[in-house]
Amino acid sequence: MKFDILKHKLVPHHEILKEKEVEKLLRTYNIRKENLPRILTTDPVVQAIGAKEGDVIKIVRESPTAGTSVAYRLVVSKGIE
Amino acid sequence: MITTSKKVIDEISFGLLSPEKIRKMSATRVITPDTYDEDGFPIEMGLMDTRLGVIEPGLRCKTCGQNVRECPGHFGHIELAMPIIHVGFVKTIFNIMKATCRGCGKLLLTDKEVEKLREDYKKIVEMGESTAYFAKEVAKMAVKVERCPHCGRENLPVELDKPTTFREAGHKMTPAEVREWMEKVSEALGKDLLLLDINPEVARPEWMILTVLPVPPVTTRPSITLETGERSEDDLTHKLVDIIRINQRLQENRDAGAPQLIVEDLWELLQYHVTTYFDNQTAGIPPARHRSGRALKTLAQRLKGKEGRFRSNLSGKRVNFSSRTVISPDPNISINEVGIPIRVARELTVPIKVNAHNIEKMKELVRRGPSPEPPAGVVYIPGVNYVIRPDGRRIKVTKENASTVAERLEPGAIVERQLQDGDIVLFNRQPSLHRMSMMAHKAKILPYSTFRLNLAVCPPYNADFDGDEMNLHVLQSEEARAEAEILMKVQEHILSPRFGGVIIGAIHDHVTGCFLLTYKNREFSREDAIRILSSAGYKGKVTGKMKGKEIFSKILPKGINLEYKAKACNGCEKCLKEKCPYDAYVVIKNGKLITGVIDEKSIGAFKGEIIEYITRKWGTEEARSFIDRLTKLAIAAIMTIGFTTGIDDEDIPEEAQLQIREQLEKAKKKIQQLIRAYNEGELEQIPGRSLEETLEMEIMRVTGKARDQTGEIASKHLGMDNSAVIMARSGARGSMLNLSQMAGCVGQQAVRGERIRRGYKNRTLTHFKKGDLGAEAKGFVSSSYKNGLTPTEYFFHSMGGREGLVDTAVRTSRSGYMQRRLINALENIKLEEDGTVRTTTGEIVQFVYGEDGVEPMRSIRGKAVNLDLIIKEVANE
Ligand SMILES: [Mg+2]
Ligand SMILES: [Zn+2]
Ligand SMILES: [Zn+2]
Ligand SMILES: [Zn+2]
Repeated sequence: MKFDILKHKLVPHHEILKEKEVEKLLRTYNIRKENLPRILTTDPVVQAIGAKEGDVIKIVRESPTAGTSVAYRLVVSKGIE
Repeated sequence: MITTSKKVIDEISFGLLSPEKIRKMSATRVITPDTYDEDGFPIEMGLMDTRLGVIEPGLRCKTCGQNVRECPGHFGHIELAMPIIHVGFVKTIFNIMKATCRGCGKLLLTDKEVEKLREDYKKIVEMGESTAYFAKEVAKMAVKVERCPHCGRENLPVELDKPTTFREAGHKMTPAEVREWMEKVSEALGKDLLLLDINPEVARPEWMILTVLPVPPVTTRPSITLETGERSEDDLTHKLVDIIRINQRLQENRDAGAPQLIVEDLWELLQYHVTTYFDNQTAGIPPARHRSGRALKTLAQRLKGKEGRFRSNLSGKRVNFSSRTVISPDPNISINEVGIPIRVARELTVPIKVNAHNIEKMKELVRRGPSPEPPAGVVYIPGVNYVIRPDGRRIKVTKENASTVAERLEPGAIVERQLQDGDIVLFNRQPSLHRMSMMAHKAKILPYSTFRLNLAVCPPYNADFDGDEMNLHVLQSEEARAEAEILMKVQEHILSPRFGGVIIGAIHDHVTGCFLLTYKNREFSREDAIRILSSAGYKGKVTGKMKGKEIFSKILPKGINLEYKAKACNGCEKCLKEKCPYDAYVVIKNGKLITGVIDEKSIGAFKGEIIEYITRKWGTEEARSFIDRLTKLAIAAIMTIGFTTGIDDEDIPEEAQLQIREQLEKAKKKIQQLIRAYNEGELEQIPGRSLEETLEMEIMRVTGKARDQTGEIASKHLGMDNSAVIMARSGARGSMLNLSQMAGCVGQQAVRGERIRRGYKNRTLTHFKKGDLGAEAKGFVSSSYKNGLTPTEYFFHSMGGREGLVDTAVRTSRSGYMQRRLINALENIKLEEDGTVRTTTGEIVQFVYGEDGVEPMRSIRGKAVNLDLIIKEVANE
């Protein structure tokens, strides 16, 4: 039995954004995908949710000051540029 | 007009200078170590040859024909008799040696392995990653190889004997041999040098061993003439003299066929001089010194560190329109103001553009000249130091030419007016650790020679008046002034972004003053009340006697409603609120202080609830005015009531002294008992601790308790009629612990959190028996500061004190470096208008600033809103 890291209390909620949602996100912030913060394909959570290079992941964290905080990350294979 | 053309830097590439290149860019070969002849003229082919540039007015450069101000200086060169290793490249050379064969110069890897490396390298470049570590990896693979796969030569281990000596299997290699090896490598590897992180287009390995040394232009190492007429040469010139001298001797000895030993000695000496010429702090060799014993400042020292070119001249510079002097307090100026000495004001100027509307005024101003005589009753009026004509000519205004310059003044000119009251200036105290270390003040020109500031702004600057100096900068443009006034004014920093509470507020005597005013609601005669209130600028009528709380209420804004526990609160289990026996529950209703004593918690810097509330509710202007009124009121109150402290504040009656001594005796006996129990093996061990640790912990507990108890006894006799106690209880200065140490007993001294044990073998001092574990022998100070310490106590106390000093010294330097690194890492991150935090290239760092989008400075102690207060206010309405 493998331990499900997604259920660990220190691992925040990760989800892969759909194409449409990504477009909307990029429009909201008026950015290109490369301007997003990154996460490696080798990251355990990325592998656990099955994200591929180029996907955008939405992360919802609990925050002591803001209740919940949302962040987005672009999945990359190794540092880009 | 100066014309500039825009050029964009596309790329910077770094490479090595080849010997040919060094010769080609050289204006002359330098052969003589002498600089000037008897007449003081530079010697040809010497270090000061005029072909290398000129530093004396009147002389012309033989290379470019220009004079001192125009000639940029030109490089020369020294032909080294023998090759010399460049210290800066020792590590690279070492790495190449590990990776290659000395026999054939090829990589110590099979062709197949090399092919794989080429592919890996290509990938790394494509991904845009650093190739710096790649070379190390290659070397790591190669060192393990026993025999060269190409020529079959045995791969002998190479060692580096720092700083510049290489050995192969224990045999010393001369720099010439090293160079030979490197030549072979560049021959054999060609483009594959890239695998060793060397770009063969700009650098070849053998160039890392010098055969020609560039001589920097004289303009980079100018000599100075002392008052005595003696010439003093630059450190670099001194070093170059050494190099040339030894180089000459080496050449002569070698050419004369001197014994190998002598040649080698000289060669090594030359290596030493060239090494220290580059970096005089090279590890492993003694730094070259001046005759006076001062270590020479050579090339690396010019660039490195705090005093180096980067940190001292490029990242930070000295600026015009600034001033620095000692600071002193002035309770009569506003927190927004800064007192500036007349002498400083006459020197610092503000540029004013002359136009049709102000020309008459400006003419009048210029007519005054640079040091106008102020009319009777006035201490200072501004004059003018310079006028810049529309054509850009700068004219110094003097007493003599003032009226003619004034007459010729025309629109478009700029008048540099001396500082006057109300000018916006920036005021700063180092270390500038937070934004409040540099704030905008309004100038107020005052007599005498110090900068004056209101006491309430000491906390943000962390300033005191024991000789502190501060800097002042005069803003030069409208934009800068507007920005400073809106963003940097002192009143805009009453709330700190550090913790979302006040940082500008009452300190020391202000706190004591307000405390005395409101404590037990003292009564004041009409005269006293008038004196106190009028000094705070109160304009209303005083009809008769007044209570302290009533007086304080007069400076509170109308409509202020607050309820909180004062600093004096004892933290009773059940708070009696308004009926608090210590009057420690503050209630303010509609601008009237109903109950509670005003202390640090109400008005102090870092805590002041009232100031915080006013700033939030009515804004910074109202808060500024409140602080100004408050400080003046407090000073008037404390002066009316009278307040003093002295050593007799720590006097306690004979019987209390006896009680304290009894307590201490008891504690010492208790410790003896513990030690006996320990020796007899009866001490009960604390789980997870050794017996020794248990004993120490028990003893520490007893000594701690003993100090607290003596403190309590002392406190019993130090009542609220005692000035020192008033200061401690109101939060003005000092604590009850300080007092009990002065009156009762100082307590256990500790180094690294343990009782003192270092010193002699099995004892701390020779005054004690070996193995003595008693209180006195291990640093318990049973005396009080007032009664004085015994010599051994004094010694232990110094040990504890020294640890504190060392800790702070270490902490400040470490946190300083940490802060520098953070600043450099974060300096180009910016909060955008849409609330995101991005880098200058547009990469998002945070989607919402700080996750919650709250600006700490406008937050309520870190929170966006204070729900309790809102509910209370809504409920009241
Ligand atoms: Mg000081
Ligand atoms: Zn020149
Ligand atoms: Zn070989
Ligand atoms: Zn209370």
